[in-house]
Amino acid sequence: MKKLSFIMVAVFFMISASLASASTLEEVQKRDVLQCGVSTGLPGFSNPDEKGNWTGLDVDACRAVAAAVLHDANKVKFVPLTAKERFTALQSGEIDILSRNTTWTLTRDTSLGLNFTHTDYYDGQGFMVSKKLGVKSAKELDGAAICIQSGTTTELNLADYFKQNKMKYQAVVFDTSDQTVKGFEAGRCDVLTSDQSQLYGLRIKLAKPEDAVVLPEIISKEPLGPVVRQGDDGWFNIVKWTIFAMIDAEEMGVTSKNVDEMKKSTDPNIRRLLGLEGIKGKGMNLSDDWAYQIIKQVGNYGEVFERNVGQGSPLKIKRGLNALWNKGGIQYAPPIR
Amino acid sequence: MSVHTPHPDLPPPSTSVGIIGWARKNLFSSPLNSILTLGALYLVVRFLPPVINWAILDANWAGSTRDACTDGGACWVFVKVRLTQFMFGFYPPDQYWRVILAFGLLGVLIAWLLIEKTPKKSWVAAFTILVYPIIAFVLFYGGLGLPVVETNKWGGLMLTLILATIGMFFALPFGIILALGRRSSMPIPRALSVVFIELWRGVPLITVLFMSSVMLPLFMPEDLRIDKLVRALVGISLFQSAYMAEVIRGGLQALPKGQSEAADALGLSYWQAMFLVILPQALKTVIPGIVNTFIELFKDTTLVLIIGLMDLLSIVQSAFADPKWLGFSVEGYVFAGLVYWIFCFSMSRYSQHLERKLHTGHKR
Repeated sequence: MKKLSFIMVAVFFMISASLASASTLEEVQKRDVLQCGVSTGLPGFSNPDEKGNWTGLDVDACRAVAAAVLHDANKVKFVPLTAKERFTALQSGEIDILSRNTTWTLTRDTSLGLNFTHTDYYDGQGFMVSKKLGVKSAKELDGAAICIQSGTTTELNLADYFKQNKMKYQAVVFDTSDQTVKGFEAGRCDVLTSDQSQLYGLRIKLAKPEDAVVLPEIISKEPLGPVVRQGDDGWFNIVKWTIFAMIDAEEMGVTSKNVDEMKKSTDPNIRRLLGLEGIKGKGMNLSDDWAYQIIKQVGNYGEVFERNVGQGSPLKIKRGLNALWNKGGIQYAPPIR
Repeated sequence: MSVHTPHPDLPPPSTSVGIIGWARKNLFSSPLNSILTLGALYLVVRFLPPVINWAILDANWAGSTRDACTDGGACWVFVKVRLTQFMFGFYPPDQYWRVILAFGLLGVLIAWLLIEKTPKKSWVAAFTILVYPIIAFVLFYGGLGLPVVETNKWGGLMLTLILATIGMFFALPFGIILALGRRSSMPIPRALSVVFIELWRGVPLITVLFMSSVMLPLFMPEDLRIDKLVRALVGISLFQSAYMAEVIRGGLQALPKGQSEAADALGLSYWQAMFLVILPQALKTVIPGIVNTFIELFKDTTLVLIIGLMDLLSIVQSAFADPKWLGFSVEGYVFAGLVYWIFCFSMSRYSQHLERKLHTGHKR
């Protein structure tokens, strides 16, 4: 028995050693294409458009990494993954990055051999109510009938929230999110609950979207962000700093449109961001203009957000928690220097 | 003397001919049938007009954006703008001709083999089995001067047809071998066949696909990566050949023992007896079963959506997620359903035609 477990440990170490030996950066550069795992379809996060190009916030995270590493945001091979196979695809090396609305939790971060890089979307469970109820806050929902999709953590969060606030509710449970919307529309419940990013998508599916509002409260923490394999710190840094660079660019007001003019800027922060002075790309083994390429080809964080899920998209999700730290949100990136 | 002229035959009572007669005979022949007829009529009147209104009369056909859908009926614009994607997946548009050519060639070859009285059938059959797969691979994947299109760009109906065709292509010969192996008197082939068939029939296809997509990559060495599509195809082919084997074994068992005894008496070898006497008869009896398995396989290919392959159904579903086109899932599903129905129904009609053509002596 002892021998067996020893062999298993040895095999495990051999596997992890072989994983660590090949640097993902070198592999990606040799292949000249980035392999990115995305969702098979989630409005605003990853979905194919009419021409078959993948678009969305999760998709743009990968395109940004490709811009930094390969100087071409289009050199990405998107691998649509279901929720069940996503971690294996990353562990087995089928993809280099997993950018698939994956919630950062202790279990996933510590026991799957994965590393979460940075949160590029702070999600959380919210409520949608019909306007005629006149409800302004989730605290006023005592006694409400709530439409919910069965078998999700949403159910658990809801029960916890109402218990904490000593309120009562009546759950109306459905199997799929489409049925949940139909139930809400038919008046079987006053409230619909789901992750907030999805509520806005569900709202568009209503016959009269303007009759429903999404309440501002969030009752659970669902930080979503790109994930990489554990054991390749260089690659981990690249993905992490790609997201940071996009957030820093927004903070400094550098956009895809003005990035070329900004090169003439005298602000040392901007000059360091665009690789004109400072450490540039050395620490990550990237070219000096890595951040310039990201901003030029994909945009800063604000642009990406507004284009895919915000005011520039049909979803019209407000920035909320995803606003910059100095504008009422919690998106904060370490300085580039 | 007057000659007796028989009175001309009276016409049958008006209630037994024409529309009324037909209705009395077929719709109102007993109180129970009358009730069923009226009930069915009520359902048709109640539900058909709204469906027709939705699908045709009030439907929106013109335009290319969501705003074009204002009439309250079905928004076929959604299907229209995505049609090429539903057909070809992410295949580059300037390379569509390759897919069309590959399927067109297959269509011509199959038609050649199916239509009676075309010359040189055996040559065409050999070409289809030995040469065509290579041509199809080059056309779909690339090589020989054609740019490579990786399998993650394959999708839509094209992928569904590829999965189904390759599945059928392998399932039939493997199925025959397994069925013969299971009925063999040699212990080792028999044991292997039984184990293979029972193992693959004992697990659901969804498990096989899941295994191929999730577990297999973890067991393989780091630098060996087998394409996800290939893994799924191998899974589907092995799974379906086990089912096919059992269908064919049914046909083999239906043949009287005298047939093989007669073949032996003529001095035919085992393979001669099989290919000249036993299999032609056995396969003929199980045509409905074989086609049934093919139809099942065609529809089962939709299960690949759980491993993220973008077949017709799953590409339609991913189109639902486009923020610009949220809320048109019914149209998408109706379209996908229609496409599947057309293919399955044609297969079923062809099998009926084949049965009629080959029914030479068993007809009751």
